This record gives sequence, structure tokens and C-alpha cells, in this order.
Amino acid sequence: MDLLYNIVIDPFVQMAQAPDLLAQTLWEGLVAGMLYALIALGFVLIFKASGVFNFAQGIMVVFAALTLVGLHDAGVPAFLALGLAILVMFVLAFTVERVVLRPLVNQPDIILFMATFGITYFLIGLGELVFGGDPKVMVTADLYLPKGAITYHALGGIVQLQKLDIAAAIIASLMVAGLAVFFSKTRIGRALRAVADSHSAALSVGISLEQIWVIVWFAAGLVALVTGIFWGARSDVSFALEVIALKALPVLILGGFTSIPGAIVGGLIIGIGEKLAEFYWGPLVGGGTDAWFAYVIALVFLLFRPQGLFGERIIERI
Amino acid sequence: MFYREAGQFKTSYASDQAIFPIVQDRIGIAVILFVAFVVIPATGNDFLINAMMIPFMIFSLAAIGLNLLTGYTGLLSLGTGAFMGVGAYACYKLTTIFPGVNIIVWVVASGFFAAAVGVVFGLPSLRIKGFYLAIATLAAQFFLEWCFIRIAWLYNYNISGAIEVPQRELFGIIVTGPRATAETRYYIVLAIVVAMTWFASNLVHGRIGRMWMAVRDMDIAAELMGIRLLPTKLLAFAVSSFYCGVAGALMVFLWYGGAEASVFNINQSFTILFMIIIGGLGSLLGSFLGAALIFILPILLRFVPEWMGLHMHAATVEHVTFMTVGVLIIFFLIVEPAGLARLWQIGKQKLRVWPFPY
Repeated sequence: MDLLYNIVIDPFVQMAQAPDLLAQTLWEGLVAGMLYALIALGFVLIFKASGVFNFAQGIMVVFAALTLVGLHDAGVPAFLALGLAILVMFVLAFTVERVVLRPLVNQPDIILFMATFGITYFLIGLGELVFGGDPKVMVTADLYLPKGAITYHALGGIVQLQKLDIAAAIIASLMVAGLAVFFSKTRIGRALRAVADSHSAALSVGISLEQIWVIVWFAAGLVALVTGIFWGARSDVSFALEVIALKALPVLILGGFTSIPGAIVGGLIIGIGEKLAEFYWGPLVGGGTDAWFAYVIALVFLLFRPQGLFGERIIERI
Repeated sequence: MFYREAGQFKTSYASDQAIFPIVQDRIGIAVILFVAFVVIPATGNDFLINAMMIPFMIFSLAAIGLNLLTGYTGLLSLGTGAFMGVGAYACYKLTTIFPGVNIIVWVVASGFFAAAVGVVFGLPSLRIKGFYLAIATLAAQFFLEWCFIRIAWLYNYNISGAIEVPQRELFGIIVTGPRATAETRYYIVLAIVVAMTWFASNLVHGRIGRMWMAVRDMDIAAELMGIRLLPTKLLAFAVSSFYCGVAGALMVFLWYGGAEASVFNINQSFTILFMIIIGGLGSLLGSFLGAALIFILPILLRFVPEWMGLHMHAATVEHVTFMTVGVLIIFFLIVEPAGLARLWQIGKQKLRVWPFPY
């Protein structure tokens, strides 16, 4: 009976008694969720355009951030380093298309998936070789990212919002809005959507698949860079980020593999759910639940709605 | 010319259904077994047996397990490492609770625990497949890994949080623990791997294997033909996890001699997945070839700079090894997406028609 009380009632009593803590937890969850959503966004971009499940997205985040920090540490001015990092992401996209995607066109999904593993290994090795394996501190001040926190005395307590997180939220929303406009209004965006619909139909109306793939991998690289900057600013830039990047997978399940709004909503749900579960229910099982909570949510969700919140209905024919 | 079936008549159903219906295959397997059982222990040093052959055998067994699930039944799983962990922890608990029982019995029995856990996490496979299922198995991976760390009962409340293999004897010979010789452990691993490979081979050539392959090729069509999907898929999960569980128990008891939860992390799952993709999906031979390549390649790569007379920092060698492995994975996928097993098929055809081109 005590156990049942602890699981079903006590957490809600705690929430009601300390609304400031609840608000703080929700905000933390929201910020974490936003970062998951950004990684998931990179996945969705590539999956939509090339049907490749890009496992390397997580390592691209680390690699982009590492390039920026590494160049800055070597004495390059911050904004020049940012520009160079963008250039590196473009070179990466170009190389991946040339060396990996083009020879593997028309192979089964799992082969392409494994090829992105190869990219992951290569980038881990390259990143550590060039920039060293030890954690680095992200450049924030030189990029004019705000520091410190805004403190509200509300809800019978104190709620602290980091200015950096607010900046991250604003820039992320701007980026998503920009991508949405790019996809719906521009010529290249329309070509991207055509490719997502059907490769062969897109080819037959004269859209170059190779170009589209470079563009889409570059876009995913840019998203990775932005994610890497904000994630790196919250913790250190290190290869430990890679495991956290796997959290984007349950986000994809929740949102559906092909939906950009799905990636965002899914990310926020996972982020908030994970923080709430860890804060209120975690102590009951000894903590550390955030290692698996997201995956279990995704698992349960899959049983009821396999195509995700916004995904297209899966139809199978013989 | 060297590999020709012509003239080898099958006059009974038994010979028609033999695993190795061709004389050359039988000779080949006999030679391999002779090398494995006699030549290697007789001539090999401790490094070869301990650091190459034992892990190679264990990884092959795990790769066979995953291949039964992913290669034969078409269900992608990223939870292999965790299922291996279930086997290892189950074996540890069983042998510490019942120390008198033969350790081999517990190694095999621990596979059943892994199978039970595998079935539970295989339940979603009826509704989902492909990458969706892969993520569902990721839930198994992370949840079980968390259990290995948080549930202290599993490692007998050790302060270190690791399991340490106690010394066990088999007919008066020490087989586990720090005092067991490499040869003894090698023979036990080899015997178990050979027996289980033989069993798997019979499984995939029989009715069950054909059901699995029908489900892999198109599950709706298989269902229409009267194959019940849920039992078939769950059986694949159970058998696969059984193999992985035994491999995990062998890994800790006969190779490492002790392990922490981090041994069974997500990277272990990915390593096994590499092995079957590089080796060849849906091929038992491929499981062995893939395990050999993925396990032995990085070890060899570390020696390459020294052979070439380059003196590099140990960390640099490590990073270059990583990059090379990444490049080689992509290279193999481009050159032969069907895996190393396919190369053997091509080679067999060449031997068959030699000296003519076709």
C-alpha cells in the first residue's frame, strides 16, 4: 500500500506543494527536449531526402562543435572559426555524398545504415586525432552568447532561467522557422520534398539527386553545428555527447521518422517526461532512470501508434 | 575441378538432407576441426589462444545468435550486448548460489535466462519492424544495463560493482578463475561453440529456419501461407538471445575472468552487428568470418606502424585505427554489400569451373 502511495499519489503531492520546483523541472526538461529535438531534426532531414538512417548525426554534432572550439583554441577569431566550421561541414557533406552515398545507391537500408557507422568511426578517429580527446570548453563570450541567469520570485519560491537556454530556444525556433520557409517556398526546398516523395519521379523531372543529397547533408551539418554550440555551452565538448545523441532515436519514434514538427514535439515530450520521471519517480528505484526512460516511453508508444504522432500511415502490400 | 558435385549421388533422404552433402565440404570441415582441436593448442602460444582464439570463438557465437535474429528472421536488434550481459549475470548468480553444480551446466542454463528476457523485449516485434524495432531493442539495452548497475543483488553486493569469476573445477581440472590454463578454457569454449554451431545449422536448414526466412522475406506473405507470426518471431528472439546469453557467460567466465556492467554496453551490441553485416547476413559461415575480421583487424592494425618502421604515439595509433576501421567498413560495404560469405560463394564457383572461365 505504501509502495502504491509512493508511486501514484506522493509525486503529485510534491508537485502541488512546491510549484516552483515543478516549474524549474519543467523548464529543464523543455531545454533538454529542445536539444534532443535539434538532433532529431538532423536525422529527419536526411531520412526524408535520402532514406538513410544517419547514425552519424550524433557524432556530427560533436565533430562540428569540436572543430569550432579546436580552431578557436588554435587562435582563430571566434566568428572566423564559426565560418570555417561551416565550411568543414560542407566539405563533409560533399565527401559523404561522393565517397559513401553514390557508390551505395539502391542498396538495402541496413547497408546504408551500417555505412553511417563507418562514418561515425572515421569521424571519432579524425576528431580525436586532430583536436585531441580531452573535453573542451565551448566558446561562448566571443560568439556574443549571453551568460548568467534570470531569477524569478514566483510560485512561492525561486525559478531560475539560464539566459543561454533562452538564447538557444530563440535561435532554435528561428532555425526551424527558416528551414520550414526554405522547404515550402524555395526552388531547392520543393526539389527536396519531391525527392522525399519519390526518388525516381524526382529524377525523371530533372532533379539532380546528387546535388540534393549534398544540400541535405549540409543542412543536417548546420543543424549539428548549432546543436553542438548550445550543448557544448551547457556541458563540455567531448565524445560523451555521442551517447546522449542516441536519445534522438526515441524522439524520432514519437514524432515519426519523416515529420519535422514531429521531431520537435517528440523532443519536448521526451525531455520533459524524462526530467519529471527522474525528479519525482527516480528516487523510488535508486535514480539514473534518464538512461532508459526515453526508450521505454518510445517502446510503449510504438505498441499503440507505430507510425508516430505525425508520421505517415504505414501501409503494407504484398 | 577441385570442387565438383558431379558424380556424388544422393540415394537416401538422409544424405539429401545432410549439412555437408559434398565430399569436399566434409574434408574441409574435418581439416578445420583438426586445426582447431589439435594444431592450434599444440603449436599456439598463450597470446594466440588467450587473446585471439578464445575471443574469436566467443564473438562468433554471439554473432551467430544475432544472425539468427537479424540475418535469418529479418528483425534488427541493437540489444545484443545486454542479452549477453543477462547470460553473464545469470551464470554468476547461479554458480554462486549452487557452487556444487558443474559450471558448464550453468553456462548453458544461463542462456535460458537470456532467452526469457529476449522474449519479453521481442514482444513489440509483432507490430513493428526495421529501425523502429531496433529502437525498441535499444530500450532493452539501456534498461538492462541500468539493472546491471543498480540492482546490487545481481553482483552479490560487491563494493566494486563488478562480478568476479570464482574458481570452478570440472573432473578435477580447474576451468574457471585465474588459475585455469588457457588451453583448458580454449577447449571448453571450442567444444561449446562447435556444438552450438552444429545445432544452429540444423535449425536453419530445417522447418524452423524456413519459417524464419519466410518471415524475413515478407512477413505478410508468410502469414498468408499459414506461418503464425508471433510464435515464429518470439522463437527467433528466444533462440538468438539464448546464443547471446551463452556467449556472454563464456565471455566473462572463460575469457575476462571478471566484468563490470560497462562490458555489455551499446558498443558491444554495435560490434556484433558489424560482424554479421561484414560477414554476411543470413550465413553461419559469415558470422565466423565477420567475427574474425572485426575482432582481429584492429589488433593487427595496431602493429602496422611498427612493421613499417614508424614510431607513433600510442594514442595516435588508436585514433588512426579507429579511422581505418571506419574506412574499411565503408569499403567492404561498397565492394561486397552481401558480406564476406558471398566472397566464399564466388570462390567456390571459381573452384568448380577451374581451369575454365565458366
